[in-house]
Amino acid sequence: MRSTVLDYDVSKIVELARQGKRIDGRALDQMREFSIQKNIAENAEGSALVTLGKTKVIAGLKMEVGTPYPDSPDKGSISIGAEALPLAHSEYESGRPSMSEIEIARVVDRGIRESKAIDFNGLCIKEGEAVWVGYLDFYVLNGDGNIFDAGAISALATFNNAKIPKLNENNKIVKHEYNGTIKLERLPVLTTFVKVGGKILLDPTYLEEKAAEARYSVSTTEDGYMAAMQKGIGGSFTVDEVNYMIEKGFEVGAEVRKKIIKS
Amino acid sequence: MSKNEEVVVDYKKTKKRLDGRKMDEIRPLSIKAGVIPNADGSAYLEWGQNKVYAAVYGPREALPKHTANPLRAVIKAEYRMASFSVPERKRPGPNRRDMEISKVLGEALERAVFVEQFPNTEIGVYVEVVDSNAGSRVACLTAASVALADAGMPMRDLVSATGIGKAFNELVVDLDKAEEDAPDAVDIPIAILPNSEEIVLLQMDGLLTKKEWDQLVKTGIAACKKVYEIQKKALQEKFKLGEASEKLVEEKVGEKKVNTEKVVSKEANKKIKKVKK
Repeated sequence: MRSTVLDYDVSKIVELARQGKRIDGRALDQMREFSIQKNIAENAEGSALVTLGKTKVIAGLKMEVGTPYPDSPDKGSISIGAEALPLAHSEYESGRPSMSEIEIARVVDRGIRESKAIDFNGLCIKEGEAVWVGYLDFYVLNGDGNIFDAGAISALATFNNAKIPKLNENNKIVKHEYNGTIKLERLPVLTTFVKVGGKILLDPTYLEEKAAEARYSVSTTEDGYMAAMQKGIGGSFTVDEVNYMIEKGFEVGAEVRKKIIKS
Repeated sequence: MSKNEEVVVDYKKTKKRLDGRKMDEIRPLSIKAGVIPNADGSAYLEWGQNKVYAAVYGPREALPKHTANPLRAVIKAEYRMASFSVPERKRPGPNRRDMEISKVLGEALERAVFVEQFPNTEIGVYVEVVDSNAGSRVACLTAASVALADAGMPMRDLVSATGIGKAFNELVVDLDKAEEDAPDAVDIPIAILPNSEEIVLLQMDGLLTKKEWDQLVKTGIAACKKVYEIQKKALQEKFKLGEASEKLVEEKVGEKKVNTEKVVSKEANKKIKKVKK
């Protein structure tokens, strides 16, 4: 029964897309309303709750002292995890991270890492011995599509101005005391599109993702760089389509960035 | 841990707790029902620094099939903590503590729901802790029962919970982390069906005399009943008539002049009066 209803909804979405329309009345290149609420978890060094339409994502950062990689003895590092909680959708299951959760986390990670948004040298405590490792995890609380962008926004808002814990003389963290904040040098914003009925749709909902032939995400910075790209799902894009999405990505990214700075 | 360096507090002398509360006072508690649109029922709860989300899905087909019970619904509760919800990062994935808490929470809720009405199904109850400071399991249980009610589940009663115990030489209600770390700490998560006072969750660690228990259980039940009032308020807030249904009432009143005052909220009443004039 359920899948029959879903099939109907999906075919409706394809039909509308062909006419240049969307089921929620948005323009094809229109993002849903979104909001950022920062510092929602006191135990975290930084945290943010992002609402994008009906999609809700919560992110938090914990900083730990770790040993640097041998090939970069003076650099700290980050690790990003994504989890779609069974709380967020009847389709989500608990257990080991699924392939799509891993993909989302890695795309979000690449956008932030490759844009050099974080000064990893600044996260060095003692060269060759101790560096900061930032563990950022985001959780989907309600899933209605485009976890990529909601997750990326939550991650960025969380890193920006996150607190760095204070260390004692043995490089052990002093609980609930802080010494400085993380300053992002760039704000790389991820923008995700899907292709439905031959049309490009920005910020897809759950049903639009179900109807999608192909998906594309691009991470753009304020100084004109692209920091990460990812094409997903079976279908394909033409070069013209990709170029269109890159341009849109820069345009939408600039708007999103303003909100992240304000948050 | 640097427990020994700390000054020993004595609540018998201070008469007040470290955070200024009275001995039988719970931390500020607020609940909002209906926060996760995808879920059949949900709630967000803040209790002191604890912040938890609860969502209910079902009754739905019990999967895998062998978990189904032909006589009743199975409640599958899952308690999880976000990696950033504790001072020292928690590794993702459930640990043994999470598993045990999931089990006792599900069992506590089972008594409240008329599970026999839904044979062969499962009711998924998911709770996620996003910030914590002692007492997260009772916070989760309190939120989960509001989520079940929000899902329209037939229930005997809500489940209302609190922590009780002992810290710094005094019996206290709703211990926070500093009190849980006291040298003489006793922590007892307790949950009741507030109308019948049946106990549906009870755990304890620490050393306690029977006499102390006798006193604690009384204050505990009283505290649970305060929690119950806040749970009821959250549900009343959620099921207050929305704009759409108010409009419907207005139309009906215009049509037939039905006496709807008894079932509608104050705001709707005002509107109805206007229409009547």
